[in-house]
Amino acid sequence: MPLALLKAGFRDRSKPPPRELPATPELKKSYDVVIIGAGGHGLAAAYNLAKTWGIKSVAVLDKGYIGGGNTARNTAIVRANYLTPEGVAFYKESMGLFETLSQELDFNVMYTRKNHLTLGHTDAAMRTMRWRAEVNKHLGVASEVIDAKQVAEIEPRLNMSDAVRYPILGALYHPVGGTARHDAVAWGYAIRAAQMGVEIHQLTEVTGLEVTGDKVTAVHTNRGTVQAGRVLQAVAGASSHVAKMAGLRLAIRTIPLQACVSQPVKPIINAVVVSGSLHCYIWQSQRGELVMGGAVDPYPLWSTRSSLEFKEGLMGHMLELFPFLSEVRMMRQWAGMSDMTPDFAPIMGKTHLANYYIDAGWGTYGFKATPVSGKRMAECVATDTTPDIIKPFRHDRFTRFEQVGEAGAASVGS
Amino acid sequence: MKIMTCPLNGPRNISEFSYGGEVRARPRPGADPAVVADYLFHKTNQPDVVREWWCHVPTSYWFIAERHLATDQILRTYPAAEYLDQEAQP
Repeated sequence: MPLALLKAGFRDRSKPPPRELPATPELKKSYDVVIIGAGGHGLAAAYNLAKTWGIKSVAVLDKGYIGGGNTARNTAIVRANYLTPEGVAFYKESMGLFETLSQELDFNVMYTRKNHLTLGHTDAAMRTMRWRAEVNKHLGVASEVIDAKQVAEIEPRLNMSDAVRYPILGALYHPVGGTARHDAVAWGYAIRAAQMGVEIHQLTEVTGLEVTGDKVTAVHTNRGTVQAGRVLQAVAGASSHVAKMAGLRLAIRTIPLQACVSQPVKPIINAVVVSGSLHCYIWQSQRGELVMGGAVDPYPLWSTRSSLEFKEGLMGHMLELFPFLSEVRMMRQWAGMSDMTPDFAPIMGKTHLANYYIDAGWGTYGFKATPVSGKRMAECVATDTTPDIIKPFRHDRFTRFEQVGEAGAASVGS
Repeated sequence: MKIMTCPLNGPRNISEFSYGGEVRARPRPGADPAVVADYLFHKTNQPDVVREWWCHVPTSYWFIAERHLATDQILRTYPAAEYLDQEAQP
């Protein structure tokens, strides 16, 4: 890295800087694989298809720009302390990939361990946390239940008073949980995929799919039609809309998830602090901004608007945890559209069509799954078989009443 | 504040209402489990006008709203009886 910095410093300033990511090329007539959605998941799948499986005739299509959807709208938290054995195994693999992602991509994704704390305010919550901790430990994920005194040692600025509506009784402590730079993950995968020959087509909206028999034969876009050997949709937020083009109905409701950041302040919060009972979470970014979020909106909507109700509710709860925040101003707010499934687990793998694959249902947990989802969906598309680790998430599990049941650990309630 | 018009109570703050899901025809008694699963889990969920169940929580009054899922515009609200009468007709 220092050598690269030195090289950049001595660069000829009269010329424009070298472009790492090529401009959108002309659409070819056909590709081996067409990926719909140039977010983290789609780009990670493209990268893995080229690198691991040698499939380089790949086009990634996006109606907007790279990582401009939910990849840019999450709150960048990475963790693996889920509740179900299926979920824990899956996110554990993702955490392992995050650990070495900067080296793998030779692109700094700023993965940082941050002492992830999920606060327990009731006996029932503490019981669920003990359950989670035991499942986590059994599967080799660092996770343990700690008491209020230990919580105060890890995050001394938390309000530990018991004169509040929900006093802090303890927490699920996940030392390896942390954050990564979400944009960098998308850019890193995009640049390395493009270097291997993957074409990334920005501002290319898929307008329809041509289905003949049990196969998708062509993808219609606003820039023309392409033939595709295999098609992967990775458009969480708009999954039901794209899936309908392939004749698929999904167990998904599209619900906004809002978040905000405060003005930047000096380092004051070290951990990622999550409270299920208070429906909120907070961490401090490297820029000093306090990143805050809560539960999804109370009803479905295909919009990324923000609402006053959300901010009032969030701040009310946040002030109970960190009273000093009353002096800090909010700087920015935004929302993403979340694919909410009934069991809070994703929908991944093969579909009823022979060459159409789906990566959807990413609710409020899509960013942290980016590396593993890219790796396993690439394997699924390349081999046309569903890898064991994502089999529990297959799209027809609802028809068989085989839900995964991750609600206890995947969200901060709703 | 967003306002929703309850057929029983008139215009009220949206926070007084609870969303109850898309209006779907219920499977007949004894229907195939796959049909029941489809009814329970699979959603139409398109950015378009949908018919939804809503409840005015303080009065426990259930009714139907037609709402645009992309704009959040509430086009019409009416008593559930209007829909249930339609459904009952052969």
